[in-house]
Amino acid sequence: MENLERILGEHPFLKGLSQDQIAVLAGCASNVVFKAGEFVFREGEPANAFFFIRQGKVQVETHIPQKGTVIIRSRRDDEVFGWSWLVPPYRWHFDARAVELTRALALDGECLRTKCEADHALGYEIMKRFLMVIAERLEATRLQLMDVYGHGSN
Amino acid sequence: MAQTSSGTHETAGIGPMVTEPFTIRRVRKETADTFSLEMQKLPGEREFLFRPGQFNMLYVYGVGEVPISISGDPSRAEILTHTTREVGAVTRAMRRLKVGDTLGVRGPYGTPWPVQEAEGSDVVVVAGGIGLAPLRPAIYYLLANRRHYGKVVLLYGARTPEEILFRRQLEQWRSRFDMETHITVDRATGPWQGNVGVVTTLISRAPVDPPNTLAMVCGPEIMMRFTILELERRGLNDRNIYLSMERNMKCGIGLCGHCQLGPRFVCKDGPVYRCDQIREVFSRREL
Repeated sequence: MENLERILGEHPFLKGLSQDQIAVLAGCASNVVFKAGEFVFREGEPANAFFFIRQGKVQVETHIPQKGTVIIRSRRDDEVFGWSWLVPPYRWHFDARAVELTRALALDGECLRTKCEADHALGYEIMKRFLMVIAERLEATRLQLMDVYGHGSN
Repeated sequence: MAQTSSGTHETAGIGPMVTEPFTIRRVRKETADTFSLEMQKLPGEREFLFRPGQFNMLYVYGVGEVPISISGDPSRAEILTHTTREVGAVTRAMRRLKVGDTLGVRGPYGTPWPVQEAEGSDVVVVAGGIGLAPLRPAIYYLLANRRHYGKVVLLYGARTPEEILFRRQLEQWRSRFDMETHITVDRATGPWQGNVGVVTTLISRAPVDPPNTLAMVCGPEIMMRFTILELERRGLNDRNIYLSMERNMKCGIGLCGHCQLGPRFVCKDGPVYRCDQIREVFSRREL
């Protein structure tokens, strides 16, 4: 547990949290490993966690009939992914698959929601951080939709 | 390096509107619609010196003249390289040129990347699409003078894996221990196993010291706007962010006004600007 606390305490995403708050998060955390090609989660399944990638690579993807798999975004070391655990009905909207051997910390969403309900100061800190994550995703998605690498006319 | 035009044309005693003939020595297909021209001067002509970030006016005889960024190595004065996309009559004609054909060149024009101001700092280069072409001379310069810089990081985004520019060169840079290269595509196709997502998502991976970092950014304007926001979010000051602007340059010497951007002429005062000097007009629709 002490080791998980240290890892969480050093992660930039959680910078500014008190040691007590980190200890609460560590109580919801566990180490997970995914082999290359293994799904981290599947679309429609209950969203029960979010992840800190320690080493490896995960891609967020969806399957479109007649088109096949479309990769939406990839995530690498030190990045955080998964926020459906925060938003009812707590189901994943996309698939996530490890591209290579990936080690991560998984934080149990139900455990964390319960702790945030009980401790609103912690909940606010977590919400602030995930709001940044969601805003960054929204901005990146808008830019991706704009298809900006267009053509000139010379 | 001062942010002024090089004056190479003038110091050589050549009128600013006079083209000099260059011979095509190689035409290289980069992607489906982009290509590079390697050119050399006719025997006995002056050496052609330029600074990273500058552009030339290239004239296809009988067709027309267009501004194209120089994409080659500034230390190799014997070869002049330009990379462009085939999008209009002039660049289509340019694409059809063969080895041994002649092309008219005026230049070099415009302000350079601040490669000397960056000495002692970390450098992050952010390129989108064909925006890597005008940044390549700066990367050559940084690597040729590597000991003068802290960390050197290249972040490059393209639409698809097929549209990645200078693929072989990027692989070489990725294999170097003295620079970090991250590549991403907006849309993954085929067997692509690399990063997927817009180039701004790579910025958090640059292991630089933000207060001591200089950024050089080139790509579509909308990409540059988002890149500035992300760099600032990571702690960079806009006085340490440089951008290369693209406008419809015609004369190249600040006379005709075709490339006017607010009170500035991009051909003469740019194309490389410090962000704080340009951002008030950067996203104004009327300009």
